[in-house]
Amino acid sequence: MSHSEHKDNVGAKLGMWLFLFTELLLFGGLFILYAVYLERYPHEFSLAGRELNVVFGTVNTVVLLTSSLFAAMAVTAVKRGERGTTLALLGGTLGCAAIFLVIKYFEWSAKIHHGIFPGSSRLLAGAPGESVFFSLYYITTGLHGVHVVIGGAILSWIGARVKRGTLNAGDNVALENGTLYWHLVDLVWIFIFPLYYLIL
Amino acid sequence: MTSDTAEHEHIVSYKKLASVWGALLVLTAATVAITRADLGAAKVWAALGIASLKSGLVIAFFMHMKYEARLFRIILFVALVTLAIFIGFTFFDVLYR
Repeated sequence: MSHSEHKDNVGAKLGMWLFLFTELLLFGGLFILYAVYLERYPHEFSLAGRELNVVFGTVNTVVLLTSSLFAAMAVTAVKRGERGTTLALLGGTLGCAAIFLVIKYFEWSAKIHHGIFPGSSRLLAGAPGESVFFSLYYITTGLHGVHVVIGGAILSWIGARVKRGTLNAGDNVALENGTLYWHLVDLVWIFIFPLYYLIL
Repeated sequence: MTSDTAEHEHIVSYKKLASVWGALLVLTAATVAITRADLGAAKVWAALGIASLKSGLVIAFFMHMKYEARLFRIILFVALVTLAIFIGFTFFDVLYR
């Protein structure tokens, strides 16, 4: 790859940030819904929120923060030309992503096992605020989980490019943008965690 | 020192990234501890304050916002103000009907 093509890294990152703002407003909308319904059904939200497992939530927070650390370190590694370290760090991020999804799987399974899922007979018979809480819980953490999967796929593709050598110290904006997406996934979780697991 | 066109790229050291991660873990422990206490509505604001602080650290260091051109911070500010307007006007409606 020796042809010289014009590269605008600042422009590429600016475009990525503009995209991240649309994501911010997407999740922001879900947080507004949460806040409005919390104001309307404080008692039901409080009861329903206590069904969530604080330990699962806390462990997943630590796992995601660590995955973000590895992603940020991967950018440092690629800029220093350390290809092996970059790949190892991206592997670490993907490992954390997998752990996060496995924990999420157990968490959702336990809820569904207890008859807590949208349209379940338990929620239909219960207070309206309770079913609103769990609908928002499933849609917010579900959409976040989809972002974890997409982010994992993007970082795997980037890892393959690092391995081939087409993404290197001289041309690494794809890695920077991929990790920016990953950090957004982390940012969203930083707010989901206290709102759903802690304050109720 | 900081020009609007970042012509040289800034490399954040592993050590600095690890200290930010340490701070994020401490803040996570703090938010869990504070919300276990019986503080009523104050714990909501405490938890949101800590979450905002954590977001600031992630954006500034992990996402390199501290080292980007000023334009990046301006558009981040515009996005956050937009979100604040959405939240604010929603509650003007919801709380005073």
